[in-house]
Amino acid sequence: MKKLIDKKEFLQYINDGDTLLVGGFGLSGTPLTLIDELAASSKKELTVVSNNLGEEGKGLGKLLFKKGQLKKAAGSYFTSNRDAVQAWSDGELEIELIPQGTLAEAVRCGGAGIGGFYTKTAVGTKLAEGKEEKEIDGETFILEKGIKGDVALIKALKADKYGNLVYDHTGLNLNGVMATAGKTVIAEVDEIVEVGELSPAEIVTPHVYVDYIVMSSYVKTGGKYVESK
Amino acid sequence: MSQNNRITIAKRVVQELKEGQVVNLGVGIPTLIPDYLGDKHVFLQSENGLLGMGPTPPEEDINMDLISASKQPITMEIGASLFDSSASFAMIRGGHVDAAVLGALEVDETGEIANWAVPGQTILGVGGAMDLVAGAKKIILTMSHTAKNGNAKLVKKLNCPRSGVRKADMVITEHAVFKFVDGSMELVEILSDLTIEQLKEITEAEFTYSPELLEA
Repeated sequence: MKKLIDKKEFLQYINDGDTLLVGGFGLSGTPLTLIDELAASSKKELTVVSNNLGEEGKGLGKLLFKKGQLKKAAGSYFTSNRDAVQAWSDGELEIELIPQGTLAEAVRCGGAGIGGFYTKTAVGTKLAEGKEEKEIDGETFILEKGIKGDVALIKALKADKYGNLVYDHTGLNLNGVMATAGKTVIAEVDEIVEVGELSPAEIVTPHVYVDYIVMSSYVKTGGKYVESK
Repeated sequence: MSQNNRITIAKRVVQELKEGQVVNLGVGIPTLIPDYLGDKHVFLQSENGLLGMGPTPPEEDINMDLISASKQPITMEIGASLFDSSASFAMIRGGHVDAAVLGALEVDETGEIANWAVPGQTILGVGGAMDLVAGAKKIILTMSHTAKNGNAKLVKKLNCPRSGVRKADMVITEHAVFKFVDGSMELVEILSDLTIEQLKEITEAEFTYSPELLEA
């Protein structure tokens, strides 16, 4: 199957009301091209699972431009995006706050066919309200469910034509687990190479997880992403 | 708090870190610590997926895909390793990080920590705070001794929501160093020119005197 598609094509795999897993930490390791296309589309009622909502007006922050595009955001840190805080206080955006480690593990479980896990993180806090508690070997844990998505939008440095992925340093962040937990996985990459050019040992995401590849419209200049085409 | 006071705290934290430890630094004052390590070498863990974080790069070497958990550009030390978020938090939650140095809004006299949310304000960010509180082997809190309005931050009982059931091991402010031992707070050292009486006036939490203080 040919996995490389045009950036306009991937939107057909996203439906209104879908849950999207979106990689990235701030704007680092973030599929900025896919997000731009999504923000410009008429898709609506989306739920986004991501560490945060980009920055104000950047990355996932762009999904807040159109009322009704983003219904819910689940992640660990929204305070730094004032637009997100505003949308939430205006009642236009639902937010589910998840500790960052719990988020990463929940997505890992979602992708690994594990229904949930018990963790000590957040025990006894507001974020544990309504969650099952369990004593294991004398310690208290809470049950957290695995997280899966309809579509995962991730960012890698390079793909080969099979869809094997390598990442740029800490640009890996949540992309690696999110690649395993979406029914459809779309990877935005800076570069595509022939099969065999990546060393098997450097591949972080095996191609089995990746459905489509889109070339990034951004280039890094002075270490920062700048839109180029 | 003045930069000098922040540096006083950072330098005092360094005394608590041991050569070769794996240390996670939270945002705020803890980010100053790398500048005051001197000859001591620790492995800095960044929860977005790096063990062996190095100093800030020169402008021309900045790569926004090599950043700290505070989203600042960083470098990698020789011997560094990269991993994904779930592996990074497995390291934290599995008890493999020797010490977490964290900022805090309040700590109570038993060591209970509040470092993620202020009452009455929008609670929309937690990041890795609760994972670190639950999982690091040792928790050192760094904070200003009082709030800007003069309210105590070392309190009898937390006003802010707690970050977990796990308690802090130490708190270091611009004025003093305290340890938490068996659920009570002990003064270890005074870092400023305050007398013990003056310190008590700005500290709502009850504390006793550590044997270490009496020897000094």
